[in-house]
Amino acid sequence: MKPFGVHRGRAVSLDRINVDTDQIIPKQFLKRIERTGFGQFLFYDWRRAADGKQDEKFVLDEPRYQGASILIAGRNFGCGSSREHAVWALSDFGFRAVISSSFADIFANNSTKNGFLTVRLTEEEVATLMRNAGQIDKYEVTIDLERNEVRDGQGFFAKFTMDAFVRHCLLNGLDDIALTLRHEGEIAAYEAQHPVPQALQPVTS
Amino acid sequence: MPEKKTLFQKIWDTHVVAQPSDRSPILYIDLHLVHEVTSPQAFDGLRVAGRNVRQPLRTVATVDHNIPTEPRGTPITDLIAARQIAALQANCKEFGVRLFDMDSPDQGIVHVIGPELGLTQPGMTIVCGDSHTSTHGAFGSLAFGIGTSEVEHVLATQCLAQQKPRTMKIHVRGRLADGVTAKDLALGIIGQIGTDGATGHVIEYAGEAVRALSMEGRMTLCNMSIEAGARAGMVAPDETTFAYLKKKRFAPRDWGQAVEYWRTLPTDDGATFDKVIEMDAAQLCPFVTWGTNPGMVAPVTGRVPEVQSLAETDRHSTELALQYMGLEPGKRIEDIGIDRVFIGSCTNSRIEDLRAAARIAKGHHVNGKVRAMVVPGSQTVKRVAEQEGLDQIFIDAGFEWRESGCSMCLGMNPDILQPGERCASTSNRNFEGRQGRGGRTHLVSPQMAAAAAVMGHFTDIRNWRYQ
Repeated sequence: MKPFGVHRGRAVSLDRINVDTDQIIPKQFLKRIERTGFGQFLFYDWRRAADGKQDEKFVLDEPRYQGASILIAGRNFGCGSSREHAVWALSDFGFRAVISSSFADIFANNSTKNGFLTVRLTEEEVATLMRNAGQIDKYEVTIDLERNEVRDGQGFFAKFTMDAFVRHCLLNGLDDIALTLRHEGEIAAYEAQHPVPQALQPVTS
Repeated sequence: MPEKKTLFQKIWDTHVVAQPSDRSPILYIDLHLVHEVTSPQAFDGLRVAGRNVRQPLRTVATVDHNIPTEPRGTPITDLIAARQIAALQANCKEFGVRLFDMDSPDQGIVHVIGPELGLTQPGMTIVCGDSHTSTHGAFGSLAFGIGTSEVEHVLATQCLAQQKPRTMKIHVRGRLADGVTAKDLALGIIGQIGTDGATGHVIEYAGEAVRALSMEGRMTLCNMSIEAGARAGMVAPDETTFAYLKKKRFAPRDWGQAVEYWRTLPTDDGATFDKVIEMDAAQLCPFVTWGTNPGMVAPVTGRVPEVQSLAETDRHSTELALQYMGLEPGKRIEDIGIDRVFIGSCTNSRIEDLRAAARIAKGHHVNGKVRAMVVPGSQTVKRVAEQEGLDQIFIDAGFEWRESGCSMCLGMNPDILQPGERCASTSNRNFEGRQGRGGRTHLVSPQMAAAAAVMGHFTDIRNWRYQ
């Protein structure tokens, strides 16, 4: 996993609440068996007409937001389906983080496994960032995970909190599975006490 | 005096394998359900890292999300979908995982077959790469949806590091009236607390109305927990649970001992929750969603809201929703005409759902402008329904009778709405484009869906003319 330390990038705001993962990546693109290549399908139904033609009115496709890597969105971002493809699509498109006042649990969990940041700020702070992204040309924001800070170099400054261990993994790009396997002894001991139920054993005749 | 514990706390405590000082607790997972859409990248990850499936016997797979509901044996024309199914078949073979494949008499939606095979049991931890895994909590298990990275993690370790969720009790006093179903209870709750009302929480549903629900009803209720943002939903196991599970194929062989343990699971008197919500069953009625998330809900006798009547923070999203749905504020719900009906999904495709819908449909005929389909949740549900003659009732009434799968709940297979089509659906999400680009979804109970099919618009089933 790619470590996340300090990231400075162009910010774009999506002023909607309850953005569900069906919008982030519609179901017709979930049939691929790879982890990559989902960026082109990000917000597909909002960005493209029914014939697949790109609609440049959608905020992500406005010329001034090209190359944006930080998305600012309304509360309850990532609700609905558990599809990790949503994180893969955002990440593949070039985003490194989403800033919102709240996130759905599974989306937030999936993000941490992909070196992708979900940054929780207050509603007021999110509103300020959204306003700035709309009004200031080439607006850039810095997300500093080492100091748990978001700042814009123009007076905006906010602290955020994050589970200490999740932060540690993100900062160091640690592989979750390898960390769990450090507890091999405890897992094996648990399994010795809780054997696979007989009903699940293969039928032998 | 021993500590008073909730059902959730009891299951949590018995599954903590390790509690690292610097990390979330590591939980053991008793049952891992797998399907074709969220697993291929996880199996790939195992191969890349040279890892194995740690507990293949605790891992059970089926195909449900993208498969067609045409008669089995019809070739799959969507080649990308076919490739995804082939990948699951190959992965299960390579790693020794039990698969209920397309041609299996036990195939079905993963959240329908887990319970009906008796794989889902009280006191278990259950995960699946699907948000509606919360369904299994109906048995008094801790069941939650995970993403593909966590699927890989469970395949490799049979464990998950999890931050401990908070607890919420939703206590429902009284009994649901005739015509008011578990689906209406779920929609009523989400309408009240919102689609993020339970974020970070595990809900335990309790009270007389919940106790009176069948297992099918409890599954419908727990299924929709995720639509309120919850990690999981649970109902304490009781005689209804045990009666359902007894003699199921994968039910415990040492039945007496298992039941004895299950009886210890319900929340202790005096145990506390982080949050408690009280509801009155008498206040509930058949509901219909009018917007683009499951919290946008109104009584069937009600109206689409006037935007001005809402809190300022909700106005913008309501306007967007009404625009998408093609509805005017103030319109009577019963005046909303429909084009399509979908009876199915992991929320409402079990035998009891089909019986209830068939009772409404019997002797009536689907309105001439409506196309209606019934998609049983599993091959077992389909067989039982056919034994009871439900298929003939539906077919005589003009419904299509299909093969089992997720179908038009998420439209990954060919069952989708056309742009602008309006659908009465027994599924769980009315998000934009969920059932097909530009499609307009109204969530309802199976009875309400069947009645809407007949009338061509929503109608209050409490006044239904049964034939």
